[in-house]
Amino acid sequence: MHSLAVTSGRPQRPTSWFPTREKATRKQDNAIAGEECDCTCRGQRGNTGGSLTKLAYYSTVQHKVAKVKSFDHTGKDADHELLYEISEQEEITARLHFIKFENTYIETCLDFIKDHLVNTETKVIKATGGGAYKFKDLIEKKLGLNVDKEDEITCLIKGCNFVLKNIPHEAFVYVKHGDPEFRFQTTHPNIFPYLLVNIGSGVSVIKVETEDKFERIGGSSIGGGTFWGLGALLTKTKRFDELLQLAARGQHTNVDMLVKDIYGGAYQILGLTGNLIASSFGKSATADKEFSKEDMAKSLLHMISNDIGQLACLYAKQHNLSQVYFGGFFIRGHPVTMHTITYSINFFSKGEVQALFLRHEGYLGAIGAFLKGAEQDNPNLYSWGENYAGSSGLMSTSPDIFPMQRSRSGTFDMLEMDRLERQVVNLPLLYDPSSYIPDSVDLTEDAMAREYWLSCFEEALEGVAKRAVASQPDAKDATDRAQKFQQKYWNKLQTLRHQPFAYGSLTVRSLLDTREHCLNEFNFPDPYSKVKQKENDIALRYYQSVINSLDSLAWEEKQFALVKGLLAGNVFDWGAKAVSEVLESDQEFGFEAAKQKLQARPWLVDSYSKWIERLKGPPHKCALIFVDNSGIDIILGIFPFVRELLSRGTEVILACNSGPALNDVTFNESLIVIERIAAMDSIIQSALQDDRLTLVQTGTSSPCLDLSRLDKGLAMLVKERNTDLVIIEGMGRAIHTNYYATFQCESLKLAVIKNSWLAERLGGKLFSVVFKYETPPL
Amino acid sequence: MAQNGPVGPSEDGGPQEPAARRRISSSEGPTASTGAPRERLNSVPRARPRLDSLRRNRPPFPWFGLDIGGTLVKLVYFEPRDITAEEEQEEVESLKNIRKYLTSNVAYGQTGIRDVHLELKDLTMCGRKGSLHFIRFPTQDMSVFLQMARDKQFSSLHTFLCATGGGAYKFEEDFLNVGGLELWKLDELDCLIKGVLFIDSVGFNGQSQCFSLETPKDPEKCQKIPYNLENPYPLLLVNIGSGVSILAVYSKDDYKRVTGTSLGGGTFFGLCCLLTGCSTFEEALEMASLGDSTKVDKLVRDIYGGDYDRFGLPGYAVASSFGNMMSKEKRDAVSKEDLARATLITITNNIGSIARMCAVNENISRVVFVGNFLRVNTVSMKLLAYALEYWSKGQLKAFFLEHEGYFGAVGALLELLTTT
Repeated sequence: MHSLAVTSGRPQRPTSWFPTREKATRKQDNAIAGEECDCTCRGQRGNTGGSLTKLAYYSTVQHKVAKVKSFDHTGKDADHELLYEISEQEEITARLHFIKFENTYIETCLDFIKDHLVNTETKVIKATGGGAYKFKDLIEKKLGLNVDKEDEITCLIKGCNFVLKNIPHEAFVYVKHGDPEFRFQTTHPNIFPYLLVNIGSGVSVIKVETEDKFERIGGSSIGGGTFWGLGALLTKTKRFDELLQLAARGQHTNVDMLVKDIYGGAYQILGLTGNLIASSFGKSATADKEFSKEDMAKSLLHMISNDIGQLACLYAKQHNLSQVYFGGFFIRGHPVTMHTITYSINFFSKGEVQALFLRHEGYLGAIGAFLKGAEQDNPNLYSWGENYAGSSGLMSTSPDIFPMQRSRSGTFDMLEMDRLERQVVNLPLLYDPSSYIPDSVDLTEDAMAREYWLSCFEEALEGVAKRAVASQPDAKDATDRAQKFQQKYWNKLQTLRHQPFAYGSLTVRSLLDTREHCLNEFNFPDPYSKVKQKENDIALRYYQSVINSLDSLAWEEKQFALVKGLLAGNVFDWGAKAVSEVLESDQEFGFEAAKQKLQARPWLVDSYSKWIERLKGPPHKCALIFVDNSGIDIILGIFPFVRELLSRGTEVILACNSGPALNDVTFNESLIVIERIAAMDSIIQSALQDDRLTLVQTGTSSPCLDLSRLDKGLAMLVKERNTDLVIIEGMGRAIHTNYYATFQCESLKLAVIKNSWLAERLGGKLFSVVFKYETPPL
Repeated sequence: MAQNGPVGPSEDGGPQEPAARRRISSSEGPTASTGAPRERLNSVPRARPRLDSLRRNRPPFPWFGLDIGGTLVKLVYFEPRDITAEEEQEEVESLKNIRKYLTSNVAYGQTGIRDVHLELKDLTMCGRKGSLHFIRFPTQDMSVFLQMARDKQFSSLHTFLCATGGGAYKFEEDFLNVGGLELWKLDELDCLIKGVLFIDSVGFNGQSQCFSLETPKDPEKCQKIPYNLENPYPLLLVNIGSGVSILAVYSKDDYKRVTGTSLGGGTFFGLCCLLTGCSTFEEALEMASLGDSTKVDKLVRDIYGGDYDRFGLPGYAVASSFGNMMSKEKRDAVSKEDLARATLITITNNIGSIARMCAVNENISRVVFVGNFLRVNTVSMKLLAYALEYWSKGQLKAFFLEHEGYFGAVGALLELLTTT
């Protein structure tokens, strides 16, 4: 197997947002990374070409982003009717593209790259594998760049580290008869050490200990080339994928000598069952009869898979490793080989070693070659996230049912990774980071819930599109773009109906995030900007009276009113269908009306008594609060609560999303809001001045919350302040995600269930309340 | 015969390979360090009365040991050469016939062969002096053998046969129904080890049974070096029959089966039949000795132009077995001999590689290769000797035994002689 690599970029503009960007792009623009392999693609009928080229290129993507700017309240703007100014600005973000296409299209592809290539100083393309030799001249001629060959295995490992670190559901276990057949693993913060078994023509077994330290500890000459070469000789079938199809239909027991063929049954003393293969191809030695192509192909597949599995187990045992990732063209998403390898590993390791596969296995070499080109960059300055809008998913395993999807994926498959200019890390307060799974329900496993949520998102789609158009009244093309958005997201939902595993574990979070990615793709950076603006403005007008009314209450009444306020505030959620309908129809729906909607105690989950007892004790040192919605939620729910905590002597860290998602309050918006509250409230003001109240950003733009991928600055602050209380608010952050998360300190998860299906599932009704106060496990 | 690759994944639930150390049972019965009752206890033959009454010191003649593998049946026969006149007179006709038939022929029927060169002369067993004969025939001709046993009225001796290998189970009923013979079924791995240790101890007609190969890469200089297996423990015993079993042996009666692979002699021969149309193992080997595997295999240098220094792979190492056969032009350019050679090299290298990993994991440096795959197969022996030493950087050494595939049958015979 070979690979080759290419990178390109769109014209850059200087910008002040990313101090490191200019340096980084200059290098990356010149790294073109790609990979060519011997693998024929699947599902292509009548196409004799078939080798694939993987190409990685870097681009900067110009996006509209929503900006908020406070008016100058000291001057004449003071009586401006709006709280702050909203504008959409152009922002340039970095994106990595990985494309897979048939070699036949390489010229077209190189033309595309040439058109988008930036004029830069260095003229080098990083390339790896056989394609580096094969297409060297073509690339050099077309692009006027020198091809710089990189070591294949080094690139492979670099790529592997990259996807394992940056894509949470990268690795999966394959279970042929399972539902789902793909079981995704949550990538733990520490991916090392691991074993990578690359099955190309031959087999390489590589032990990876750190980012830069790895060793080829062994290998075997019996690999994909043996299957293909020997298979072609035995069956006169030329193509790799056809051989696999033959194998899938064959009966190996006609060709292999089984234990029962020798013993007449099982070899009981050793506990070897009769169906064990005693001798591969053993029957073809003793008879003059003909064997079917299918049977021989199957026997060959077993022979090779078993041999590789055995070898992998022997190496895993020798190096005391239990996680083995498999890659190479022999594996590359083929269910047949994933199954036989998994089977063999389970057999030989007695279940002690786990065979793991990678969603983006085919891109590893190209990614690695690309990263080699960007080597001087400091990877600690940013992180990457998969863009669901721009990536095609893992292909279906049922070629007969979805031939279209399959052939499309085989021909042109892509992965896009957005660069986040911050480093993301675990929340240090997680009780056990290695077992933390953000999502409460895995929709790939729960078919009923999957059905519900997919329909729910489908039904809400038109409303979201309308909202998007409304957010840009001045843009003429808004309707057109909204339609495109609607189509794109609809298609994604249909893909997910058939292939729930396409982007890793399907969750409510991934559905929400995919929608945000699609909106961004069509330049709707913040459809709710105006709604949020208005809500914030209105809520601020009630702040003082809410505070006054709270202050008039006795201590215990006040605590309950504060919690009720928090919950009522949380009703204002445009992400929830039931609420958005109310909000759309009833302009007057307010804080008091929301309180009326709330379930009376005892709540669905009710540890309020425990909480109030706790409040009678000593104050917390520092509380970290993940906030949810704009307007009434943050202003009339959260801030009075924060104020009370501060009064008790507890420091507070307020964590808001870095970018927009639904009507969730963003970090920038919260800065304006807090400024206005501080002007009204001396407690808030002095806390801000003394740094007892700090606003931070989470690093994400999701309505949900993944506590294993949080902004590093937040994590450091949380540690610094000796945070001993975590408060998570809202359905997205406390129910869909983190409901089962455990912490090293006290935690409070609260939300109003604004979805009748979910409420019912949890045993409650619409507007049921979850108030979950927990102390750390003993 | 030994075996075991995993079951085809289409089947449900693969068995677990028992790695527990086993203790070879003494002739009195199982000493089961693993605790499991042994199959053979339940198969004490009904011919017991005759046995008990006749054998004061030794069992009655004829003395056979049988090992029925997946491909070959191995039969060892002890021919007493110290028969007294009185004995001869008493000897029943059928017994005499059998002795004469076996010792006066070197071939039996179409496919039975006596390996005359392996005969052990002047051997004393159980107080009797004689010759040990080594006979083999294909397992698929078992019915012919049984017919012969019937014709020669073997059953009139009211005897039973000590047999090991899978066929002891598979053909048990046929032996009884067709040949009128009862089988005493013995575990093949127990027999294998007993046989190896016994045969090594008696030597090979004055020469050494065990040997290593020096300078295996150089056909001119390559030579057998005798080795004394007297205190060989621990040793890794690799039995290459149709499939392969790998045993770690810690003492004469303490061993465990480490693993096995289904890529064995049966795979070599089976693939050769399909690829070249050959019909005998000898033919396959003959072709292999004439071929050039580098036309079939993709070597490291075919990919990297030379050595792959980054990972210490020499250019001549095979990167992908049969890798060149992915290309149509190259498929059209290879001969049957090349294909046979590549098949042999592929299977041999793979066994060597698994054996080496096992030796490292078990911390054993002596590896003894036995089994009929190695019969008249100097190509594989040299390759195993070379590969083991090269890839272990001299830490491991390969040994071979002259009697290759007969140890199971010898072990079965020993059981007969030591049973009370």
